[in-house]
Amino acid sequence: MCVAAPMKVVEVGEYSCVAEIDGVRKSASIIALEEVKVGDYIMVHAGLAISKLDPASAEETLRLMREIVATEKRNDEIH
Amino acid sequence: MRDDMILLGHGSGGQMTHDLVNKVILPLIHEGREAPEQEDSTPLTLPTGEIRFTTDSYVVDPIIFPGGDIGDLAVNGTINDLAMGGAVPFALSLGFILEEGLLMDDFTKVLRSIGRAAREAGIQVACGDTKVVPRGRGDKIFINTSGVGLARNGLRPGSAAVRPGDRLIINGTVGDHGVTIMSMREGLKFESPVKSDTAALHTLVDALVKAGVEIRAMRDPTRGGLATVAVEIAEASGVHIRLDETAIPVNKHVAAACEILGLDPLMVANEGKMVLVTPERDAKKALDVMRSHPLGRDAAMIGEALETDGRAKVTLTSYAGGARMVNKLPGELLPRIC
Amino acid sequence: MKYIDEFRDGALARKLVADLEIEAERLSRRVTLMEVCGTHTMAIYRHGLKPLFPEKVRLVSGPGCPVCVTPAGYVDMAITLARTPGVIITTFGDMLKVPGSQTSLVKERGAGRDVRVVYSPMDAVETAKSSPDKEVVFLGVGFETTAPSVAAAILTAKREGVKNFTVLASHKVMPEPMEALTKGELKIDGYICPAHVSAIIGERGYRRLAEVYGVPCVITGFEPLDMLRGVIMLVRQIAEGRAVVENEYFRVVKPEGNVKAQAILADVFEKSNAVWRGLGPIPDSGLAISPRYESYDAMKKFKLSEPDVRENPACLCGEILKGLKEPLDCGLFATACTPENPVGACMVSSEGTCAAEFRYGERSRANA
Repeated sequence: MCVAAPMKVVEVGEYSCVAEIDGVRKSASIIALEEVKVGDYIMVHAGLAISKLDPASAEETLRLMREIVATEKRNDEIH
Repeated sequence: MRDDMILLGHGSGGQMTHDLVNKVILPLIHEGREAPEQEDSTPLTLPTGEIRFTTDSYVVDPIIFPGGDIGDLAVNGTINDLAMGGAVPFALSLGFILEEGLLMDDFTKVLRSIGRAAREAGIQVACGDTKVVPRGRGDKIFINTSGVGLARNGLRPGSAAVRPGDRLIINGTVGDHGVTIMSMREGLKFESPVKSDTAALHTLVDALVKAGVEIRAMRDPTRGGLATVAVEIAEASGVHIRLDETAIPVNKHVAAACEILGLDPLMVANEGKMVLVTPERDAKKALDVMRSHPLGRDAAMIGEALETDGRAKVTLTSYAGGARMVNKLPGELLPRIC
Repeated sequence: MKYIDEFRDGALARKLVADLEIEAERLSRRVTLMEVCGTHTMAIYRHGLKPLFPEKVRLVSGPGCPVCVTPAGYVDMAITLARTPGVIITTFGDMLKVPGSQTSLVKERGAGRDVRVVYSPMDAVETAKSSPDKEVVFLGVGFETTAPSVAAAILTAKREGVKNFTVLASHKVMPEPMEALTKGELKIDGYICPAHVSAIIGERGYRRLAEVYGVPCVITGFEPLDMLRGVIMLVRQIAEGRAVVENEYFRVVKPEGNVKAQAILADVFEKSNAVWRGLGPIPDSGLAISPRYESYDAMKKFKLSEPDVRENPACLCGEILKGLKEPLDCGLFATACTPENPVGACMVSSEGTCAAEFRYGERSRANA
């Protein structure tokens, strides 16, 4: 289950924040996160920020996806 | 002293009703124009030939929303029902059911936009009726409109007329109206720049007809969205309609709201959109005509009709190169968490 | 949409489909993978991924649609509350159509009960604040992803002194039913592990599945590129005879999960036995409200106990979820059990295995 959208934090309060995705803003509870700053990307599910999204890891994931399978195979053969 | 809200007496049929009709409703709807005689029925002189006749009721909460209100929604909706049948809108009726306690300011705003929408569309508000129900027995305001339009010679679009090879064109982005309404619902509220797309589409149809575009079918995808209309066309015509996900225009704010709420934009309501089905040879022309009209700037060719493999259906080719079935909206459109 | 659109790129999707075909050639037989989570099931449908998987890779849907596995007895309790004067029921939209033993919330609303759909349990607390003369009950369903948001609502109500807010909790956890499915006869070769459940619980919950039962596990995001890559990683494990827990979705899921959310869950809830529609009772697979927060527990406040609604013994949901049976093997399929009147979880979910078979027929899917 669990629809959640990556949203960018635009305002931070004590218990909640306002987060935005393409101009659509909604408030989210941040009591389950250690530290939240404006500009962070958070995953919001049913009004709760359940996790932060790490931009460097997102880039790394895309890089892994773009890797050429044949190259990986060749590497396997060398190992 | 002007009343600041609707009271039961406004529906009594007596002096209060008379004053409401003559001092509030008629001046706002017919601003600057002569109102029809107040009789039990109104004479209309129609050119000879076929007419089209339609009726629709409008219930929307909230009654006033970004981009419009229940008033222009009712006028535009009835004009669109006529226009989608290929008719030139001629006259419409207005039946109000008002809930006791409706704020007079809200009512006059709705009346003003009815007047403006009718004037801009060049359609006559020929007759009307006002009733008031006790508080709690209605929801602020319900509007019923019936409309008469003049059929064009030789133009009889129908959902059953679609043939394999035909193309589907939409005049703009999908889901704007439904997302606007949802953004204001208690329990769902969110801030967004989305506005209702409510609009009267008859001038767009005029432009298509003038350009000589052959029209097989025209439908306005209101409640149930593009998905429901596409399936209805496929079933009526016995064809397989294939939609192309990458081609379907969706406003980015609408896409984002749908992402948060777990909704499919194809199932979300529109109030100023039309799906045109035209033979392949006219598709390019139709697209050009739409794109040069203010209500069709974001028009796009979104799919085609194919022979069936024995079963009428709608599929959607996803940008990932995959495919899925498209179904009618099964019931109420509800936000999902899973 | 940042961090969504990149993971829906058509060209990269086609490249991954080609990669998957190359990987699948290494398999010596056809393999069955289970997407445990209902959101994966929905995403596979929505993005039209099924026709893209090679012949050798078959996907089946698991028990991870939380409303679908909610037993009829729970729905009956919710309906009892809805019929109680002065009670407002607040719920996620998903729950409205889930059948109880007699009726559903959507029908009860039609009959005049005050049932309101909210986006978040926090909205239900707001409803309670604005309706001080009513009792507002939130229907707490969902797995480890959703339970913290319900816990947060309870903590908010406590902090703000809201006394007329309670939760009827039927939360469930994921690893226990996965292990229950994995024990004994199972024809699943690999698990596509849930994305956002894992954001809370981390990688640890699946380790026994890989280490004890030898089933490869890959935590996978919900976007189409994530799912393609997750399946590639699973196929690779199977082809190489490995069984470990891998994390494709490491941009969101940390190995240890969300420790703070885990602490909130441990504070507000405690493990309990739970009944799963289609699977029956599974020990320690539920989350009940801790006695520390019992004034927010609708069961306690309204003195309810969950009625024991007997499942139709002919329902094959359990076997279908284990990959042992097909919908057409079930005597109830399309007769006593239809999308309008579903018996088991596989039919309740609009994209559950049985509902999909009912509507499209597995093999006549989208031949576009």
